Amino acid sequence: MSERPEDRQDCDDRDVVVTGIGLVSCVGEGVEAHLAALAGGPAGVSRAGPWETGRFAPYPVRPAPALELSTQIPKKSDQRQMEPWQRLGVYAAGAALDSAGMKDDAELKARTHVIVAAGGGERDWDVDGQVLTAMRTHAAPDVLLNERLMSDVRPTLFLAQLSNLLAGNIAIVHGVTGASRTFMGEEQAGVDAIRIAHARIASGQTDVFLVGGSFNAERADSILAYALGRLAYAGPPAALADRTAPGFVLGSGGAFLVLEARAHARARGARILAEIAAVGSARTGRGEGALAETLGRLFDETGTGADARIVSGALGLPARDDAERAVLAARAPGATPIVTQDLVGHLMEAHAPAGVALAAGLIAAGEAREAAVTSIGHQRGAGLVRLRAA
Amino acid sequence: MAQPRFTDRFGRPLVAVTGMGVITSLGEGKAANWAALTAGRSGIHRITRFPVEGLRTTIAGTVDFEGAEDFCAPKLSERLATTAATEAVAQSGLPAGDFPGALFVAVPPVEIEWPQRRALAEASGQAGDVTYADLLAAAETGAFAEWHDLFLFGTVADHLAERFGTKGSPISLSTACSSGATAIQLGVEAIRRGEAPAALCIGTDGSVHAEALIRFSLLSALSTQNAVPEEAAKPFSKNRDGFVMGEGAAALVLESAEHAHARGAEILGYVIGAGEKGDGFHRTRSSPDGAPIVAAIAAALEDAGIGPEAIDYVNAHGTGTPENDKMEAMGLMAVVGERMRSVPISSNKSMIGHTLTAAGAVEAVVSLMTIREGVIPPTINYHVPDPAIPLDVVPNVAREAKVGCVLSNSFGFGGQNTCLVLSAEPG
Repeated sequence: MSERPEDRQDCDDRDVVVTGIGLVSCVGEGVEAHLAALAGGPAGVSRAGPWETGRFAPYPVRPAPALELSTQIPKKSDQRQMEPWQRLGVYAAGAALDSAGMKDDAELKARTHVIVAAGGGERDWDVDGQVLTAMRTHAAPDVLLNERLMSDVRPTLFLAQLSNLLAGNIAIVHGVTGASRTFMGEEQAGVDAIRIAHARIASGQTDVFLVGGSFNAERADSILAYALGRLAYAGPPAALADRTAPGFVLGSGGAFLVLEARAHARARGARILAEIAAVGSARTGRGEGALAETLGRLFDETGTGADARIVSGALGLPARDDAERAVLAARAPGATPIVTQDLVGHLMEAHAPAGVALAAGLIAAGEAREAAVTSIGHQRGAGLVRLRAA
Repeated sequence: MAQPRFTDRFGRPLVAVTGMGVITSLGEGKAANWAALTAGRSGIHRITRFPVEGLRTTIAGTVDFEGAEDFCAPKLSERLATTAATEAVAQSGLPAGDFPGALFVAVPPVEIEWPQRRALAEASGQAGDVTYADLLAAAETGAFAEWHDLFLFGTVADHLAERFGTKGSPISLSTACSSGATAIQLGVEAIRRGEAPAALCIGTDGSVHAEALIRFSLLSALSTQNAVPEEAAKPFSKNRDGFVMGEGAAALVLESAEHAHARGAEILGYVIGAGEKGDGFHRTRSSPDGAPIVAAIAAALEDAGIGPEAIDYVNAHGTGTPENDKMEAMGLMAVVGERMRSVPISSNKSMIGHTLTAAGAVEAVVSLMTIREGVIPPTINYHVPDPAIPLDVVPNVAREAKVGCVLSNSFGFGGQNTCLVLSAEPG
């Protein structure tokens, strides 16, 4: 028999609870669709949802699903003003608001704060290619660059590139206007977005947040950033455990969570899906030893128990994955981690939010009492988010 | 001697400033910048970093004395931040390299730049039309691996965290042109939560390259009055026609008053309030009724626990775009009322340009110096008053005044509005 939250001795008004989840990836939309794909088991997971192996060969990516955009972004003009990363994010944010029962509550949305974890937006690949081609033979390539950019770049493209304009579009499209902050910094930005929202709610600084991010993997300029470091996986579709080459598979998707104080959620009659019990986050070296030490410390700091269901942010990169494996063997022996990348690809800034969305979904569905979401950034940072039944 | 106060009127840890550093086109350090700002000198000049043929705007407040020969935006942004933070930490007296708190740094978004794209295109050997497939092929060689880290969004913050020994996971953030103020706000919140006794808050921006300028130019945001560069930035003037891009950085050491007092540090001032409000009206324009700007100012005053009558001076966002200055004036009039006509307000951007990501931090430092020095830097280039802006903009010449409490405004694309209240006294 499960304990009721109100019976729990450690239940507090300032507990941080998840009341809304918006999740969009190659698997489809909604946390339920993702849990259903997970139910296929680890072997089924790598095949769940499509792979795009042709357009960016040799790099496979997990493509965005077909979305009925107008269900979350009613105005065509808004859709046009955004590039795919923003549309994915605004869509997922809207789904999270729906899930939290907030979509039609203008007053509540106007005091809901936002933290977005984001990189930058799409470039105009055709213009870039044409300019590079022309520059090659031009006597004054920098002058040519000025002329071509002035004449060929769509003026509003800048607004699809600025990191904080996903948050800006969420304000415009959904009316979530408490105030927004955008955190940058790859995977760790996603961890720290949840950490700061959690801290502000727990301390009473803010009552309700929309937190998350999105990533468009189907863009060569973004793949290029990681291909430079030889970090993008270049092999046939395979689950992490079955790959013969290192690297991560980027995925297109968006993940947003509505987080609020327990008392706030109760007062408005919201359904509480899970509690975020603790968020650990650290700057750490990249050696396997340093990473393992840090991740182990985060297990301690967050009070993560041996029975926690593990949702792993594993990347497919040596040292990072080895460290995590070693820590899990010691801290959660016998656990079969859910590997978020196997399900949706690597969502970069949105990866930790997606992991937390999955963990909260598992708890809400009664499939876990406690869950821990790991994140070891490909270049820096580590995080651990512990959730428990609310 | 009165017992020092360590909490604000709401019982929260009081946030003191114990170190400040700044670098702009006017020079390196507080002394150089203060001398220039109070002399009404402009740091705006003709751009020499890249060719300006074909551009509508050919001027900027770039920082050209910090090794600009190998310009790359994240590198320059890091250098500027390092310079400012070194000055700030040194002034605070906290240990260099072992900072007892978190790092919050406002950094411009990064991306691979044109010199790197060209090098990749060349390395690919593609003799026909270049596409991203060629750039990817060049990347695959591994010969350009160091550019991966150079163009990650988290790299500048990580390097700063390493150098200054800040604690915990550093935050890289953007709220567009209010980013610097948001970095300070995050630090204030962390200290009030008691997470650490101090926070290192930095805003930095060294990103004036051709494409960055063209992006703002295509949105018609920049002044095109290139003839006399020093006179192009004209906040609050009727003939204002846009902002001028600038570069710079500023750093503030925030510290709980209790911690500062315990170690005998000199307190330079206090951040007694911070407020913010999102605007969902438009991607680049403010709500016509000014409600979000009003709400952000009101939130900052409320957070500080003071009324508008306590504000002695407003350090304006004051970009010099027709839209911003009108909306800012309207918002201030709505909150402060008729008294606003006689409250001095000035724009540092008239001299240093719009330092974008850094602006909120740079202007917070200038605000605190205004309090300490008792001199208000002017709004220069103010020769044609705008009847729609009936404010005392401290035209052209610095003014001596006793300033105890400053409101510093920052507004940005994407509906970002952030306001800080800086004060000589605990409030």
